[in-house]
Amino acid sequence: MPATRHLPTPESADLIALTREIAAKELTPRVDAAERTGTFPREVFATLGEAGLLSLPYPGRYGGGDQPYEVYLQVLEEIGAVWASVGVGVSVHALSCFPLLAFGTDEQRARWLPDMLSGTRLGAYCLSEAHAGSDPAAMRAKAVRDGDSYVLNGAKAWTTHGGEADFYTVMARTSDEGARGISCFHVPADTPGLEFDRPEDKMGLMGSTTATVRLVDARIPADHLIGQEGQGLSIALAGLDAGRLGIAAVATGLAQGALDAAVAYAREREAFGKPIIDHQGLAFVLADMDAAVESARATYLAAARLKDAGHPYGRHASIAKLVATDNAMKVTTDAVQVLGGAGYTRDFPVERYMREAKVMQIFEGTNQIQRLVISRHLARR
Amino acid sequence: MNIVVCVKQVPDTESPRKLKSDDNTLDRAAADGVINELDEYAIEEALLLKEAHGGEVTVLTMGPDKATDSIRKALAMGADKAVHLVDDALAGSDALGTSYAIQQVLGRTGFDLVILGAESTDARTGMLAAMLAERLGVPQLSLANKVEIDGSSITVQRITDYGYDKVEASLPAVVSVVEKINEPRYPSFKGIMAAKKKPVEKLGVADAGIDADKVGLAGAATEVVDFADAPPREKGQIVTDEGDGGAKIAEFLASKKFV
Repeated sequence: MPATRHLPTPESADLIALTREIAAKELTPRVDAAERTGTFPREVFATLGEAGLLSLPYPGRYGGGDQPYEVYLQVLEEIGAVWASVGVGVSVHALSCFPLLAFGTDEQRARWLPDMLSGTRLGAYCLSEAHAGSDPAAMRAKAVRDGDSYVLNGAKAWTTHGGEADFYTVMARTSDEGARGISCFHVPADTPGLEFDRPEDKMGLMGSTTATVRLVDARIPADHLIGQEGQGLSIALAGLDAGRLGIAAVATGLAQGALDAAVAYAREREAFGKPIIDHQGLAFVLADMDAAVESARATYLAAARLKDAGHPYGRHASIAKLVATDNAMKVTTDAVQVLGGAGYTRDFPVERYMREAKVMQIFEGTNQIQRLVISRHLARR
Repeated sequence: MNIVVCVKQVPDTESPRKLKSDDNTLDRAAADGVINELDEYAIEEALLLKEAHGGEVTVLTMGPDKATDSIRKALAMGADKAVHLVDDALAGSDALGTSYAIQQVLGRTGFDLVILGAESTDARTGMLAAMLAERLGVPQLSLANKVEIDGSSITVQRITDYGYDKVEASLPAVVSVVEKINEPRYPSFKGIMAAKKKPVEKLGVADAGIDADKVGLAGAATEVVDFADAPPREKGQIVTDEGDGGAKIAEFLASKKFV
């Protein structure tokens, strides 16, 4: 059953219809095989880019769609409902475009943004390091100014699209001054000295490549610095709230997909002479799943509307990420339960949904970090 | 070149389709409306011809108010403008009445080429192209899987059971297309935004100079007298191979005229 949506304009309704059509015709036929074999679907991102779905929340003057987050996130949710790896990829691509959009010069934006927003160039985002995940200020990767260039050295961990992307938005240290010594760089994929480890062998999201990116005397022109030297960490933090909303939307879609699969099965499958959905014990499990999906959606949309109206929304973004991903974990686990033994086999997609949900409680700030952010807001006097 | 694409909104084949018991016509309110699948190929072909030869693509739809959804999608794919023939008097029209009504509208828009899907997924009469060509007094090129235009002449490949025929005619003409002809494009978000500004002319029966007595359920020359649900699918036949399995399967296929 498709999600019930109230959309602000007729064109946003058409946009959701377009997203559902592309999801049904381009994503659904590919998802099972790609997730099974760990194949990164680059061509899918090209299709999404051509349809304009990668540029929705950006200003029209850079080729963007001028759409509010309220609409963009629902598009992302529809993608996530069919293929979480692609939903995550779209969200990461948006995150990797953000520093240039918000802190780049007009010249930098004119030069790079149009290809990024059209999906011609796919992005990756390099913030975490092996020992600096939740605490990015502990990063060690260095960028040293050398004449008209910067020379980058270090290793960035857990990079989505690592080895597949066309550009990398990299945070690296330009001085030893802790949080104020980090800078942001635009690093094209063909930069000599950019190397990639073998992709991680993950529990889920096999269609999304995750790899460590190594910078070995990687030299980039000095005009590839985004913002000022030392501004990197505040640029990274500024992008996090929007990124969290993206993951909240993808997690909501994932949970909706799991709910739909569970309901379809429960209407078909009979036990004791009637469909199992007509047994109250199971029906109530499904009702709780539906309530969890709808409340996750309402929570991320409430945060998106605050953002769209220009209000502070950091606390709400963390709440949305926390609620949507915890709910997705619960809903996908229950979906396996509804399908019983069948749910535990790879003949049905729900076991995959359950594996995919787990990482959503971990990346874009673990759910413990979300609680930290929320509680720090509460403690402010 | 002035290309008109006839686009019909039909109930989504994914949702349950029903006839109304009071007048034996399709319950269009019961299911989501989508563009008839073959008409999407017709739209794509019109856009490809326009891109190759220049001109303008007009979408022509006859149907209730909610058919505007299908019109918007055709415009978002790239058609230039649309004419929406909408009138309660048209409800229940059969193929004869529909072809008459569309002929009247085409008299207003003019055309060098009319393109439409070879049949619709709802009524599936597959007669509209032929009736329309006859009424307009222009050649019909049916079941095309390839269209080429050279000046005022048009050539199509017409699919047949054994391959294809090459059929030539002079413009203006009516062409019906099959799904092998192209791969319809998706609309883009830019297309969706552009569609908002494209002209959609709404016409009633009187505006189009249509004689109301010749259309609608009352004006129909045919009548659906009865209908019933399709019978449930019968159990398949299992052939046990006792050394003659191949022959038995060939026999079965022959009985169904597959070989």
